Amino acid sequence: MKTKMLLAGVTAGVMFAGSVLASTLDDVRARGKLNCIINTGLAGFAAPDDKGNWTGFDVDFCRAVAAATLGDADKVNYTTATGKTRFTKLAAGEGELLSRNTTWTFSRDVDLSQTFIGVNYYDGQGFMVPKALGVKSAKGLDGASVCIQTGTTTELNLAEFFAGNNIKYNPVPIETNAEAQELYKAGRCDVYTTDASGLYATMMSFDNPSDHMVLPEIVSKEPLGPVVRHGDDQWADIVAWVLRAMMAGEEKGITSKNVKELAAKDNKDKEINRLLGKDPLQGLSKLGLSPDWAVNVISQVGNYQESFEKHLFPLTIKRGMNALYRDGGLHYIPPIK
Amino acid sequence: MSEKTYKPGNYPDLPPPPGTVGVYGWIRQNLFSSISNSLLTIISVVLLYYLIDGIIGWFFLDAVFDADSKIACRKIDDGACWAVITRRVGQFVYGFYPEAERWRIDITFLTMFVAFAPLLYPDIPKRKWLLYFSLFYPFFAFVLIMGGYFGLQKIEYSLFGGFMLTVILGVCGIVCSLPLGILLALGRQSNLTVVRTLSVCFIEFMRGVPLITLLFVASSMLNYFLPPGTNFSILVRVIIMFTFFSAAYIAEVIRGGIQAIPKGQYEAADALGMNYWQKTRFITLPQALKISIPGIVNTFIGLYKDTTLVVVIGLLDPLGIGRAALADTKWNGLSTETYLFVALFFFVSCFAMSRYSLWLENKLNTDKK
Repeated sequence: MKTKMLLAGVTAGVMFAGSVLASTLDDVRARGKLNCIINTGLAGFAAPDDKGNWTGFDVDFCRAVAAATLGDADKVNYTTATGKTRFTKLAAGEGELLSRNTTWTFSRDVDLSQTFIGVNYYDGQGFMVPKALGVKSAKGLDGASVCIQTGTTTELNLAEFFAGNNIKYNPVPIETNAEAQELYKAGRCDVYTTDASGLYATMMSFDNPSDHMVLPEIVSKEPLGPVVRHGDDQWADIVAWVLRAMMAGEEKGITSKNVKELAAKDNKDKEINRLLGKDPLQGLSKLGLSPDWAVNVISQVGNYQESFEKHLFPLTIKRGMNALYRDGGLHYIPPIK
Repeated sequence: MSEKTYKPGNYPDLPPPPGTVGVYGWIRQNLFSSISNSLLTIISVVLLYYLIDGIIGWFFLDAVFDADSKIACRKIDDGACWAVITRRVGQFVYGFYPEAERWRIDITFLTMFVAFAPLLYPDIPKRKWLLYFSLFYPFFAFVLIMGGYFGLQKIEYSLFGGFMLTVILGVCGIVCSLPLGILLALGRQSNLTVVRTLSVCFIEFMRGVPLITLLFVASSMLNYFLPPGTNFSILVRVIIMFTFFSAAYIAEVIRGGIQAIPKGQYEAADALGMNYWQKTRFITLPQALKISIPGIVNTFIGLYKDTTLVVVIGLLDPLGIGRAALADTKWNGLSTETYLFVALFFFVSCFAMSRYSLWLENKLNTDKK
């Protein structure tokens, strides 16, 4: 009946509840489960499998935080939220972590008193066209009819892009993604535009995905990342470093297969030793984590690359901006020392 | 040709002329009565053939009932891929309720019919005893579904979903909103100013606000209004909102029924010396409720279907489960099958409610027959 919710009463009080009464980490440990807020269903990011277990790229991150704090990636209660309810659910304490493809923006970070702890997926608005159209670049879309969801930032981005490149287009306004799929399949519009990850998911729902392509241009910035409540820096640090540990795993070649082996031996790379608890990592006790936290994360969930390839490669999403910096991407994490 | 004579008045009825009776006659009269009608008939039959052939082919003949994914489906045949339903039927019915505990839902659901039987069918044998069970049933159902007592495992509300969620929301909303609606309808007709004003305000407010707004209030705002430390689950909050919303509509439907009763009925009751509650119990309500049955059931069906709106606050009703299934890369794109299945479920439940109301109307319709 009752979910363990910490309510400090009035609006403002809610935000500080975590830090004033007890630390978020203590709450999670006392409950023995992490409450994680996820999407109600988005291909590749969060979806239940046939057995009813949630899987996906965002779900993996919930599991990683549970592995680091509780030692068991399966100890997660998932609460689903829509785009409109996600922030209030987090603020009201229905979850300690919001891992729901949420774009990091100024007003969300500052005005809504959330803490964005990093970026786990760089998304951006793209264009999908049928290959038969013979267009190789968005700049060649002069005069095309474009399916666009009304009332979203994508509408503005689209107008700006086309005006900036001095080309014309016919907007075909639609309400939902499902409607767009139908119109696009029926040939009512030549182009469909939304976030690139959404385009890939839409493409995979077609009977012949290979007849379509996503153009290389990305016209907006949509950095997606996990979010926690303001006011508990310890918890924010934990979540942030779990994300970094997953990326460090990829950077240092630590995978779910070899992590136990690497943790047991003395490695030449001292950073691996510190990450996996062989050498002491200064301040780890302040986070309240045990030395094997990163071993738990990588052995039970995998490193960033493994999670990405498992959930997003089936949608034919490429690493692109989401590669590590050394491979030409944007993920650059602070050193672990 | 034999000649036979009959006495006047004893002449037997001749058979109707050939070609006007039987199957042949019917066909000739209704389908081929003129050249244009014959043409229309032929064209329609051809069209129907292609349509039905396509529909049956897609639904059954070319359909795949079990496969591992949409791609596997397409490899077998090109009709409907019902595998998305058969593989996930547990999720559609129980949401994420743990598999080992699902018997609790089954028992609750089956006993629900036992609890409802004496309320819905007044002629049932041993009605009095069954009524005791009906009274006790809400507690029984609550404990069984939520757990946490008598050694039953406690189940988090976030695991609720699918048809089970629809039935819980629908049944609780319907059962609670009827008495509340009756009280509000009586309150609106009351001579006591305070009661009347409160009822009017409540009804007008609830009817003036979209249900989806109330759901957002339930999901987001209530947390801020309630005193610190109170926490009751989103499920209860949503049920309360559904109840309030449909009670306001029910109240107006019943008010219509009350006002349809001839004034003479009240005057006769007054003449007999009945007090207010006797009048309400024996004169007003039995007649008003009978008149309002179609309106009440109409509101209930509306409420039942409105439960799908909970998807906007992140609860996974059958529609939400369906959408989540479509987000699985294995089943991506099978929206027709999923939505048809959900539609079938709602149609069956709503049709049953509608049939019951017809039956009840006929049974109670004693004065106008």
